[in-house]
Amino acid sequence: MIKSLSTEDTLENAGLTEEEQQLFCNARPKQYEPYPIKAVEDFANWARANSLWILAFGTGCGAIELRPLMTARFDANRFGVAGRPTPRQSSVFVIGGYASVKTLKRIIRSYEQMQGPKFVIALGICPVNGGMYFDSYNTINQFDMYLPVDLYITGCMPRPEVLVAGIVELQKKIKQGRCDGANRYIENFDWYKANQKKVIKNWDMPDYNW
Amino acid sequence: MIAEWIGKIGNFTLTLLIVTAYGLFMTAFIERIIAKVQGRIGIPYWQPVINILKNFFKRTAVSHGYMFYLGPVFRIAGGIGTLAFIPVIYGSETFSNFSMAGDLFLVIYFMFFGQLGMALGAGESGHPYSAIGIARGLSQMTAYEVPFALAVISIVIQYDTLSITEIVAAQQGGWENWTVFTNWVATLAAMLAFLGMTGYSPFDIFLAPQEIPIGPPTEFHSAYLSFMSLNRALFGATKLVLFMNLFFGGATGLLELMIKTWLIYMVAIVIGVSFPRFRVDQAIRFFFKIPTLIGIMSIVYAQMMLTS
Repeated sequence: MIKSLSTEDTLENAGLTEEEQQLFCNARPKQYEPYPIKAVEDFANWARANSLWILAFGTGCGAIELRPLMTARFDANRFGVAGRPTPRQSSVFVIGGYASVKTLKRIIRSYEQMQGPKFVIALGICPVNGGMYFDSYNTINQFDMYLPVDLYITGCMPRPEVLVAGIVELQKKIKQGRCDGANRYIENFDWYKANQKKVIKNWDMPDYNW
Repeated sequence: MIAEWIGKIGNFTLTLLIVTAYGLFMTAFIERIIAKVQGRIGIPYWQPVINILKNFFKRTAVSHGYMFYLGPVFRIAGGIGTLAFIPVIYGSETFSNFSMAGDLFLVIYFMFFGQLGMALGAGESGHPYSAIGIARGLSQMTAYEVPFALAVISIVIQYDTLSITEIVAAQQGGWENWTVFTNWVATLAAMLAFLGMTGYSPFDIFLAPQEIPIGPPTEFHSAYLSFMSLNRALFGATKLVLFMNLFFGGATGLLELMIKTWLIYMVAIVIGVSFPRFRVDQAIRFFFKIPTLIGIMSIVYAQMMLTS
């Protein structure tokens, strides 16, 4: 559905052909304010923290650490964690280790399709500084340059126990209202987009994947 | 007249709240039982409620058109409509709802209505996985409706009425009067159809939870999804109440209602955790073979043994 908006609210979508531009929404995403009453926002944050749906998208070698979370040994269901195959319904994106440029494009697409508030956990050392792939030609080094990260779990690879501990830590942060990655992304939207377009050469998708 | 109607609507709202809360609690309870079978602890009892609240509190929502909005509305209208014409507790003024002569047909129609509305809404989203889920879901529904409809026709012949209240009334006075003992053929056909209705294994291919195609609700999110999960709890409990009324003698109190519906649900759960999944073509073939034959036999049985 195409929305008619004033020029400062629209995105260029320069990567698309003229025919494709008719198919995608070109509205610029907006920041979302918390609820005016603090008790309501706190209650909403409590609900968000206790129902974390992880997007079932394995983005690197760390994806293998997500599978045991649902088994009898770790049982992340206790914390309200569940896997969700569609980005529309999920609220947590676990970046499993290194992100190659090809994967980064898909990560951005999936992240932007998630509905806010959404949280990103960066798993392993690779999203922090590149890790063992620091001089690779097709792997990004600092993930924070491309998408806002709410929580880092370092190690190579972190075991599922650490991931469970990280999820509990994320819940604490959400309850305190300190996880505003989605808003940070919108606030510095042009900076993030410039960084993303610098590494992704074949940008053939809309500027924001609604 | 108006005061009477206001009272009736108030009673129905109370029933709606109780049945929804019971459905949500039952979902968590069953999840925990399945978790125990798998050697896990499982979700907390209030997890379904938190999930609904979280989806409701999402800050953004994307629309795909008018029908996309109407899909969840139709779905929950189907759930509420089904409950509105089923007497939940026999002999209770508060829980008898809008039960009347011929409500059995209306209930079967309403059960279909929600699914069709859902299909239209999910179709508008344009996601290919939604379309696959709808195609699978509707074909499976067509298949399990056949034995269920045959079983219902059989008990209509048996009791010579289309009113659920009268069917429940005919089963009062001891367990030997229940349909499951007087017309066990129809009950068998209906319980096989019930397995398809609940959407647990072996008939959960159309939903395929936790996997790549999640089925019809692929594109639904935020408040749409919270409406749909609310309806899932309500509709699940309503179907249990209907089966209890038709085949297991109804209930005269809340405790009896809970025990009976829980036991009926456990049939689907025990079979669900024990058997792997059918492909959709296998499921359809299954429903058109044995359950349909049993359904036809139940009509013959009702006609020859019970009415002569």
